Amino acid sequence: MNAATYELSHLRALEAEAIHVMREVAAELERPVLLFSGGKDSIVLLRLAEKAFRPGRFPFPVMHVDTGHNFPEVLEFRDRRMAELGERLIVASVQESIDSGRAVEELGPRASRNRLQTVTLLDAIEEHGFDAAFGGARRDEERARAKERIFSFRDDFGQWNPKAQRPELWNLYNGRIRRGEHVRVFPISNWTELDVWQYIAEEGLEVPPIYFAHDRDVFQRDGMLYAVSPFVELIAGEEPFSTSVRYRTVGDMSCTGAVESVAGTLEAVVAEIAATDLTERGETRADDRVTEAAMEDRKREGYF
Amino acid sequence: MAGPNGSRNGKAPAAPARISELLRFATAGSVDDGKSTLIGRLLYDSKQILSDQLEAVQLASERRNGNGNLDLALLTDGLRAEREQGITIDVAYRYFATPRRKFIIADTPGHEQYTRNMVTGASTADLAIVLVDARNGVVAQSKRHAFIASLLGIPHIVVAVNKMDLVDYDEATFERIAEDFCDFAARLDVHDVTTIPISALRGDNVVERSEAMRWYEGPSLLYHLEHVHIASDRNLHDVRFPVQWVIRPGADVDPDYRGYAGQVAGGVLQPGDDVVVLPSDQRTRVAAIDSFDGPLERAFPPMSVTVRLEDDVDVSRGDVICAVEAVPAPSRELVADVCWMADAPLRARGRYAIKSTTRTARAVVETVEHRVDIDTLRHDAGANELGLNDIGRVRLRTSEPLVVDSYDRNRATGSFILIDEASNDTVGAGMVVSSTS
Ligand SMILES: Nc1nc2c(ncn2[C@@H]2O[C@H](COP(=O)(O)OP(=O)(O)O)[C@@H](O)[C@H]2O)c(=O)[nH]1
Repeated sequence: MNAATYELSHLRALEAEAIHVMREVAAELERPVLLFSGGKDSIVLLRLAEKAFRPGRFPFPVMHVDTGHNFPEVLEFRDRRMAELGERLIVASVQESIDSGRAVEELGPRASRNRLQTVTLLDAIEEHGFDAAFGGARRDEERARAKERIFSFRDDFGQWNPKAQRPELWNLYNGRIRRGEHVRVFPISNWTELDVWQYIAEEGLEVPPIYFAHDRDVFQRDGMLYAVSPFVELIAGEEPFSTSVRYRTVGDMSCTGAVESVAGTLEAVVAEIAATDLTERGETRADDRVTEAAMEDRKREGYF
Repeated sequence: MAGPNGSRNGKAPAAPARISELLRFATAGSVDDGKSTLIGRLLYDSKQILSDQLEAVQLASERRNGNGNLDLALLTDGLRAEREQGITIDVAYRYFATPRRKFIIADTPGHEQYTRNMVTGASTADLAIVLVDARNGVVAQSKRHAFIASLLGIPHIVVAVNKMDLVDYDEATFERIAEDFCDFAARLDVHDVTTIPISALRGDNVVERSEAMRWYEGPSLLYHLEHVHIASDRNLHDVRFPVQWVIRPGADVDPDYRGYAGQVAGGVLQPGDDVVVLPSDQRTRVAAIDSFDGPLERAFPPMSVTVRLEDDVDVSRGDVICAVEAVPAPSRELVADVCWMADAPLRARGRYAIKSTTRTARAVVETVEHRVDIDTLRHDAGANELGLNDIGRVRLRTSEPLVVDSYDRNRATGSFILIDEASNDTVGAGMVVSSTS
């Protein structure tokens, strides 16, 4: 037998692994949920769920943690994609967490609702009794993530304990938990940003238009470009200007930076990512720039 | 696959564009052998390190070492606790790619007390790099790492003899170490050992062949990683399809559809194949292999697909669909090598949950047959327990028949984990040696 005939490309091998993970969760946990941000990684998760469960329905709902500071293009895309899939969407609202006093809005020009999402997320997980939440995090994103398991345990308080991770062997996942605990599951842990874009291109997946170059009013802060929006106060000296930008990640408008780009097509974006000189988070996420261990600290608290 | 005589800088043959494959490898070495530096070097030289990461490493290098030299080892430091202690305490995964392959590195810590991490990283690896410091030669740790790699069935081992710059790039030193290692490896179950003299710090033989070691005629480390033949490492003979999930879309979509979803664990499955569903022993035939992208003509490891069967047989999660030509006997008695990962020791009469492919059952330890002294490879038959990080052979009885193969025949169907039902922790990693029904 010629083994070379039975080769799988690295993308298809990663895809097979992710599908396997999703089916294990569906089979071993009682109430999973898929977290969908409208960003490229969670768009890939939705496609993987189709691959894992069609022609059946998804054995879980989809949930968006809505900061209230979204890009309108992303919300529009979210609703259209969900209608296409015919699956159930739950929206957990940070605004409601603020209104009910569960979360306290940060003040000032650098305020962001990024951190508040953790409150809303954990409340929603508890309210719906979810015991597993799929996320689109990748290990190449950040150093703390590089050590996180694919099945990542959260205690009663939603916290991650990096020192007490279960060994994860072969493809034999241990999804056992006690009441009140839950597991975050990252099916695309082993994908890189470039893998995600190549997969989107191979699959012909639609992504929100903000991923492609477009003209936008922006201003510069801490070396990054931010969109002018009702959610951000300008600091004296910050002068808005219009330029051609695109986004590498989709997050809260108040803390997601744009990159100057003229890449208007998927091919151009893939080429740009392949040639880029900066990491995704370093270039576009103010939240990770605060300290060397910013992500690790937020994850311990229960962040995505 | 290109033959071994292909050259990195030679002209590419006019073959159709080849697909980029995935290669998973684990790295192991004692503290200070240069593992972090080597990984940093591979990432750096293959241009995976972006300028903001580089800037952060530059700053950290200055803070730690007080000079302007870039400390590549700092690229791979992960968690805060580790940064503070300056050591690696958990498996970290890193990624890089060349046009031929995408690589997943399981960066496993080298300390003795973290055997469980190396086992974890090694469990999915196609290849292991064992680092040896050229000044120290093959030490007890190197032997442990090689033993674990062989136990976990890693098909390819690379011994990277590092810090050659500190022994004047001396050929005799390298040859002596290579020989020592091969003497030891002869006692292990490894088939493919490659030894490469390198300097991770200076980059010799890491990506490019070294000018300083013209006596060395083999490939650079990266060339070897790109070309080592892994397609035949899978078992493509014995069809094994553990059912994960049953797809039944329901009345509104397709009331008659019933598909068995799973990941192929062995063999090549095709529509029309005669199969038997285990452990219930029902015979039927493959009606179709479905995927979201349409019907498939065949499925092989590690594809995730959905199988439909011709007859209306009773199949559920945990069952294994096998070809009739190679039917394993479902078994309730297993002899297995186990790496123990919990503080409380494994002892006779201990009860655990056991997960093998997609089936979970209960297992009771009947006897501990021996414990392996990892340094001497001697079997201590008098041992009656396995402590944290011990490796030994045990006899288990399970509450239900399991469909397994011996681990050396199939890593996917020959492996299992043991779970403590009180704490829910994964406490053991097992590899089936033999089974009886
Ligand atoms: N001269 C020399 N020093 C090296 C080489 N590789 C690593 N080192 C040094 O050895 C020390 C330990 O390296 P490190 O990568 O941190 O080791 P690890 O503990 O195995 O990760 C550091 O000071 C490195 O700079 C090499 O090839 N040559």
